[in-house]
Amino acid sequence: MEQRNPTLRSVAWLWFGIAIAVLVVGFRQAIFLTPADAAQGDVGRIFYYHVPSAMWSLVFPYVNFIASLFYLYWRKRDPLKALTADAMAIAAAEVSVVYSSICLITGSIWGRAAWGIWWTWDERLTSELLLFLLYVSYLMLRRFSSTGQAQTLAAVISIFAAIDVPIVWMSIRWWRTQHPAPVFFGGPDAGLDKSMMPAFVWNIIGWGIWGIFILIFRFALERRRQLAEQEAALQAIEASLEIPQ
Amino acid sequence: MNYLRHVLDHLRKDLRLEWRSRDSINGMLFFALLVVVVFGLAFDPTSYPTTTRQISGGILWVALLFASITALNQSWARELRNQVLEAQRMAPSPASALFLGKAIANMLFVLIVEAVLAPIFIVFFNLHALGNVWLLALILPLGTWALVVNGTFFAALGLRARNRELLLPLLLLPISLPALLAMVQATTGVLTADLDSIQIATWIKQLAGYDIIFTTICILLFETVLNAE
Repeated sequence: MEQRNPTLRSVAWLWFGIAIAVLVVGFRQAIFLTPADAAQGDVGRIFYYHVPSAMWSLVFPYVNFIASLFYLYWRKRDPLKALTADAMAIAAAEVSVVYSSICLITGSIWGRAAWGIWWTWDERLTSELLLFLLYVSYLMLRRFSSTGQAQTLAAVISIFAAIDVPIVWMSIRWWRTQHPAPVFFGGPDAGLDKSMMPAFVWNIIGWGIWGIFILIFRFALERRRQLAEQEAALQAIEASLEIPQ
Repeated sequence: MNYLRHVLDHLRKDLRLEWRSRDSINGMLFFALLVVVVFGLAFDPTSYPTTTRQISGGILWVALLFASITALNQSWARELRNQVLEAQRMAPSPASALFLGKAIANMLFVLIVEAVLAPIFIVFFNLHALGNVWLLALILPLGTWALVVNGTFFAALGLRARNRELLLPLLLLPISLPALLAMVQATTGVLTADLDSIQIATWIKQLAGYDIIFTTICILLFETVLNAE
């Protein structure tokens, strides 16, 4: 087994501590300090959680896609590096599923309060749902494939998913929309009241730090599993080489 | 030219195999027919012609999608017998020729099923299309190719997986949802005449774009999948 590196461990604890601290500040800002939304009242506060998770759920799939590309590039050239890339890919896919689920659940709670319905087949809701479905099917593939090929097949599917996401987005945009226009970069009427800005910024940063923390944590876990597997394979080979007495 | 010859060889082999057993086409045809009958019983299409027009595009594509899923796995399972697939991997012809040949063969099978199913569908659902029916001659092949090209690819991808019968729809459905949306919208638009011709043209263009993009990716990545060990 790989020796546990004390420096890395303290960095990880420090990162974890920062994540919790920033999230606490973000919570205080979002729930206690920011005035209630003029139009929606306290219901609007869920946005401080919904929007950050939505934003980050669009970032982690890129990590998965890039890691999968590196995996395919290194697959034949440098298998050990390729395994590292694969560990990053699976970690990013799982974090994507977690963040997009949080986005869907918080969005649906808000939808119930504001629109009176839990769900509507609107542009952004459908796109986010499809993003969630694509990465769930990625994880399903990993679970179902036989051990030797799971990584390669998963990397291929990751490329399909990454190409599918913009197509989904475009085609559903064509189809219909009911979701409020994006708050950031959403055109002339978009934008936030200044009083809401701190809560948003703290929460976006906080959930970003937290997401990266669980990403790296899952990555380290997967690396450890891979190393243990290699060790076991090596021992099996050594045992088979021993001359029978 | 050489590449084309390899593709044609694979295509001829798949067609001959199918001609001798006719398993895929018969299975698909009966399955699609059953789906249409089940939906017909559920909705009573003859009493509500307007509703029927609105939903029958979706029903037709769902029937075809499920039917083609049943056949796509078989088309690769044939290659597993007697280690034919291992021989294919060692063959000097490009791997993507094998894929293209099989995808085109599957496409032809599904088109045959569509040609038989369409009249039955129209009779059972008492369907009078209000739009330009000839557009369906464009929408059906484009939509079929979108399903078949990805389906053939994912069937090859799940070939050695545990319960591969389940894996194929799990992969194919999420990836083809934009294509399904486009083909169902275009078909419904033709049947109900609710969409104007520009909107229908946009859906058809999207479908064509989807076909081109995913055909390219499938051809590029097939060798990786075939030799994924």
